[in-house]
Amino acid sequence: MRHGKYPFVIGFLAAPVLLYSVFVIAPYAQAFQISMTNWRGLSAPKWVGFDNYRQLVEDHRFWQAIQHHLVLLLALPLITIAIALFFSFMLNVAGKSSGGKRSGVWGSGFYRVVFFFPQVLAVAIIAVLFQTVYRPNESGLINGVLMKIGLDPILFLVNPNIALWSILGVLVWQAVGFYVVLFSAGIASIPGEIYEAAEMDGATRVTLFFRVTLPLLWDTLQVAWVYLGIAAFDAFAVVAVLSVDNGGPDGATTVLALEIYRNAFTYSKYGYASAMGVALFFLTITFAVFTLRVTKRESVEY
Amino acid sequence: MSVTPDKPSDLSRRIVLQRAAAAGLLAVPAAGLLSACATGGDGDTQEQSEGTKSAENPFGVKEDAALEVVIFNGGYGDKYATDVHEPLYKAKFPKATIKHEASQAISTVLQPRFAAGNPPEFVNNSGEKSLDFGALVADGQLQDLTELWDAPSVDDPSKKVRDTVVPGTVDVGTFNGKPYVLNYVSTVFGLWYSGKQFKENGWAPAKTWEEFTALLDKIKAKGITPFGYAGANAPYYVWNVILTQAAKIGGPDVLKNIDNLEDGAWTAEPVKQAATAWAEIGAKYLDKSFEGLKHTDVQLLQNQYKVGFYPSGDWLENEQAKDTPPGFEYQMMPLPSLTASDKLPAGTVRATAAEGYFVSAKSANPRGAMEYMRQMLSTAGAKGFTEVVKSATVVTSGSTGYAFPPGVASSQAALAAAGQNVVNLFFDGWYKELDTEARTATNELMFGRIKADAFCERIQKKADAIKKDASVTKFKR
Repeated sequence: MRHGKYPFVIGFLAAPVLLYSVFVIAPYAQAFQISMTNWRGLSAPKWVGFDNYRQLVEDHRFWQAIQHHLVLLLALPLITIAIALFFSFMLNVAGKSSGGKRSGVWGSGFYRVVFFFPQVLAVAIIAVLFQTVYRPNESGLINGVLMKIGLDPILFLVNPNIALWSILGVLVWQAVGFYVVLFSAGIASIPGEIYEAAEMDGATRVTLFFRVTLPLLWDTLQVAWVYLGIAAFDAFAVVAVLSVDNGGPDGATTVLALEIYRNAFTYSKYGYASAMGVALFFLTITFAVFTLRVTKRESVEY
Repeated sequence: MSVTPDKPSDLSRRIVLQRAAAAGLLAVPAAGLLSACATGGDGDTQEQSEGTKSAENPFGVKEDAALEVVIFNGGYGDKYATDVHEPLYKAKFPKATIKHEASQAISTVLQPRFAAGNPPEFVNNSGEKSLDFGALVADGQLQDLTELWDAPSVDDPSKKVRDTVVPGTVDVGTFNGKPYVLNYVSTVFGLWYSGKQFKENGWAPAKTWEEFTALLDKIKAKGITPFGYAGANAPYYVWNVILTQAAKIGGPDVLKNIDNLEDGAWTAEPVKQAATAWAEIGAKYLDKSFEGLKHTDVQLLQNQYKVGFYPSGDWLENEQAKDTPPGFEYQMMPLPSLTASDKLPAGTVRATAAEGYFVSAKSANPRGAMEYMRQMLSTAGAKGFTEVVKSATVVTSGSTGYAFPPGVASSQAALAAAGQNVVNLFFDGWYKELDTEARTATNELMFGRIKADAFCERIQKKADAIKKDASVTKFKR
């Protein structure tokens, strides 16, 4: 088939590359172009150069949003991965071993399904759900109980000191299930003999986890970290639906995507919003490249 | 990781990169999303239909030209358009086809149409996702309605349309001297309470600040939250209260200065006094948890007799009709006077023509849409609207002989009693960024995180920034 190689390759590549250019690269390029204009969304835009970026640097809300992304960027992957690792270890390895085959704790089949539930729900639905969970008066799921037993309600989304953490809680709750499944798949592919050998040498569960599971899961963890980092740059739907006064109180929970939305669709400042979008684009790309570089290490072959 | 490929490290690296790229594209949709609306449509006006002008047809509407009507499907629904206004137009031009569309997100639906240069003729631009009137005006998208206001009215050809509406109606829709927007619904703002609850407890509406706080104390003693508003999505209900109070203290110019972005308009003494007074109400009589509630939640609490006063406009009664228990009897009280030296008396209210409608200048049949507006402004059009949504229109003859429900009846009575002492403000429609800042600052003030001085200064700072921003079109009144 040597003679038909190039037409074949080109035929297969051309269509996806074309689609990708038209629907992905072109809009991105256009976002760069719009960010240099003062387009208000209606008539032809005027070129203003780097004016929007100059304004961006002075924008208090923009920096507030970046700050929140940094918090989420550290906390979301750490917490989610820690919980998901623990769960998947318990589901797959922590139980009895019978005939060299390790299994999870009792009832792991059931938990496996339950943990995945949040992943099935749309993000907007989850946000609406948590409105009820976090509601600050007696009709809230948590505060209703607290107030029944005579405690003061916790103002989850209203107290500026805990509002962002309340949002983070929802993001973690929603994400954990997926990573439990991801890590379970990773753990399942670790050969049983390794566990068996380690056990014969007298390894405890803790040792098994830290000396066997964790190193052999490295690649999966890396993927999870990149995914979650990128999720930390989004968080739009949850913040938009859940937070009070759109990213409030006083911007305490705002994120870049929300500011982009606000500037574009509330203030009709499409040029300025595009500049924010471009900033977000670079932040995300930088993060992905940075993470892959930092976590680069030799895989263990087995 | 998974399976057993020849070179596992190689494969996983590639998968990681692929996934990272894919996830990256999913996570930063905003940039692409924005440009998806594309910057097309540059001023090429499409061909517009024109018929012959006559006394019956003052705008020269082409009889069979199609008309597209887009209605915001919110508090007033869209039944008034399909059942009243569109049949009126159809009766006049039987050959015309009307395309009706209702939407809860006007800007989402229409923004691309404007960008592409084929906007619908007639639009009810309202709701959370409305188009920015200022941007539309600045872009020349709106039809100058001078011709409409000067046309003979449907009911009495000797009268101009502008003489059949409540004074001030044309001004409310005027941007820098030209009328572009028809604000159709007459709206009165005040503090709302249950007539039944007040009667049962022997409480009476207050005229002075001392009476007011004494009343709030009495309500509190009953275990009822004396004053409530929703911090989650409706803090503007309270900046409206604070500014109306400021206008009562210092006269209507306080609000005019704010609208005109005058230096120091927000830090003026009357605004500070009003903010101080209302911050105290917030500290003493407001439930902290309300900051996390939506307007419908708090309104429902009031319907359950758990909230005393609720600040709102007179759409409230219609909005809550389904949840209001029988006998609740909504009543509206104008804001009490703060001091004896207030410039305006206790009965002063903020009243305005609200709910904006416009004609697209660049649509195919703007003449038809103006005729549609003229029909809306006829007695039949206004009466029909009032009967469907139980709210008064700006057409003076539209509500004569109509028995309003108790709430609107009380707000209409308050408006009549106020006489000339009616104030209004416009900045929120002109500068949405200033509105947002005022909302945020209002929550900060009312829930005790900042003091009145800081409240005034931070909004002033935003006003100054907007004043300096050359890309924002400025409006004056």
